[in-house]
Amino acid sequence: MRVALFITCIGDAVRPEVGRSTTAVLERLGHEVVFPAEQTCCGQMHFNSGHRAEGERLARRFGEIFGEFEVIVSPSSSCVGTMREHQPALEGRLYELSELLVNRLAVTDVGAAFPHRVAYHPTCHSLRVTRVGDAPLRLLEAVDGLELVDLPAATECCGFGGTFALKNADTSTAMVIDKCAAIAASGASVVTAVDSSCLLQIGGRLSREGSPVRALHLAEILAGER
Amino acid sequence: MKPFPQAAREALADPILRANLRAATDTIRAKRAGAVAEVEDWEELREAGRAIKADVLANLERYLLAFEAAATTAGATVHWASDANEANDIVVGIARSHAVEEVVKVKSLTTDEIELTAALEAAGVSAVETDFAELILQLDGDWSSHILVPAIHRNRTEIRDLFRRTIADGTLGDEPAELAEASRRFLRERFLRARMAVSGANFAVAETGTICVVESEGNGRMCTTLPPVLVSVVGIEKLIPTFADLEVYLQLLPRSSTGERMNPYTSLWTGVTPGDGPQELHVVLLDNGRTRVLADPAGREALHCIRCSACLNVCPVYSRTGGHAYGSVYPGPIGAILTPQLIGIENAATLPFASSLCGACYEVCPVKIDIPKVLLHLRAKAVEAGGKPGERAAMAALAWVFGGGGRFLAASRAGRILQRPLSRRGLIRRLPPPLSAWTQSRDMRPLARRSFREWWGRRR
Repeated sequence: MRVALFITCIGDAVRPEVGRSTTAVLERLGHEVVFPAEQTCCGQMHFNSGHRAEGERLARRFGEIFGEFEVIVSPSSSCVGTMREHQPALEGRLYELSELLVNRLAVTDVGAAFPHRVAYHPTCHSLRVTRVGDAPLRLLEAVDGLELVDLPAATECCGFGGTFALKNADTSTAMVIDKCAAIAASGASVVTAVDSSCLLQIGGRLSREGSPVRALHLAEILAGER
Repeated sequence: MKPFPQAAREALADPILRANLRAATDTIRAKRAGAVAEVEDWEELREAGRAIKADVLANLERYLLAFEAAATTAGATVHWASDANEANDIVVGIARSHAVEEVVKVKSLTTDEIELTAALEAAGVSAVETDFAELILQLDGDWSSHILVPAIHRNRTEIRDLFRRTIADGTLGDEPAELAEASRRFLRERFLRARMAVSGANFAVAETGTICVVESEGNGRMCTTLPPVLVSVVGIEKLIPTFADLEVYLQLLPRSSTGERMNPYTSLWTGVTPGDGPQELHVVLLDNGRTRVLADPAGREALHCIRCSACLNVCPVYSRTGGHAYGSVYPGPIGAILTPQLIGIENAATLPFASSLCGACYEVCPVKIDIPKVLLHLRAKAVEAGGKPGERAAMAALAWVFGGGGRFLAASRAGRILQRPLSRRGLIRRLPPPLSAWTQSRDMRPLARRSFREWWGRRR
């Protein structure tokens, strides 16, 4: 299958490992990945900060760039959720990575190995906007050597929230401190999620606390070689 | 109103407040989840609750006139108040006409909203709060921080100390039963001597002119049955079309608010009944900004709210900052969308941003108010109303950068050069303002040495 990859602005500039891993997983499964070079940002940051006109312009741009593709994938549930709302013409063709693998391609075992204790943080938008359900968990359960541990209060927000993390930095910090305490209590050595943005918040706090726990995107775990 | 980020910072610095809040919201949250899980047709009930309110708002004038006619026929006097001052003047006038010096009050957000107690005090009438938590706050000169549990930010040691100073002697302990008994002794006297009571309304039935109040302590029942004069202040959005519609809301409300299958006291009254209960009933129908909310199709669903407070208890922001940070009697997610609409976005511009958009509020709302969607709508209005010039410029610049793949690549490259003095061992620990708000508590990943698109370009 030919899959167009939407890498997201954060994924492109800050976390290119996530895009490389997404590509590796899809190619391992025998699919062709294409990268439309004109892509940039879906406009979510502008929409969520109240800059609607710019957001709409970027969403339209996204629709024009990706409109020609039959299957589009992105390793970000929140960007996928934003585009589903603002580009309804892409309905049925736009997938978050775990949705594409489990729901469209009917694959749970992607041939990965990752011998670590992993806690899964279900991000708010994957849970309540894009509704990926248990697809990420099913993928993780099929990874060789991976031990999935329970994360206390898993469904509670990490405090990222886009510009919320800056505009309400103190509240955002109180939230991520609790999230990091839950991660520590889980006994995991790696925390994973399907949104790089939330992982910047969680990973940034873990790093500031001097925690040895790593914050990795689901794609990076699925790219682990057997 | 103090900007939310600043008010939140002050609240977050209080460890006792945070512990009180966390314990209380965790408890109610778990109780609600259990009570809701029991109901097989919960989703259908929510949809019914939403649909009925949407119908009321679409036909509000008709329902209001029907309510007025039915209530008047049943013996009530219906007053119309366009704002807080008009409503307060009406209630003060009724108190004066009966020469009362004290009124007993049922817990009511609407009367808090219009600051009725202060208006009555100014007219020489003392208004006694009879709800346990409201009494605590009144005795301490404090104010509500939660829609349902107004003193959620206080613990029982604090309450014991307060009661010892005010209504009990120095031997009072901090057992809940002892605290309740102290308030009961104090309030009983007031119930029995009161000649006028003031209530709000949970629901007002257009078809029959009936008013409904739900409560847990029985203080409301005392107020609405003992004094000969009863005044009910009713926000115009509290209407429901028919008596049968109560079936939906009396299931949705207690399970969502206290996590109970049924609340202990449900009082319904229709006009007056000779020889039984109040012999004079006044209903004050209050606008106070509600028609302004109604005029905005994208924001009006905030008026669906039945004040259950489920959204507060699940909110990761509210459960850490508490209610006072929201600067209004309507705190939490619902307050963040209601207050700016009631008093004007220019007067509460930071409230729509007091959310991480996690969506937990929408998930639990018994009348399906899409709070995140309304928050985004109000954020756009706040930006249109002016916003911050620096942010506007930054957002416009970013939108330009995102206008082309080449521009984005060039900007990433420029950023990599600029970040060099800041980045150590693959981490940025300090950034200049406004990004210092991030690095005050979190490390930042620097822009990658090779972006994805650069990697992709070399790979082919």
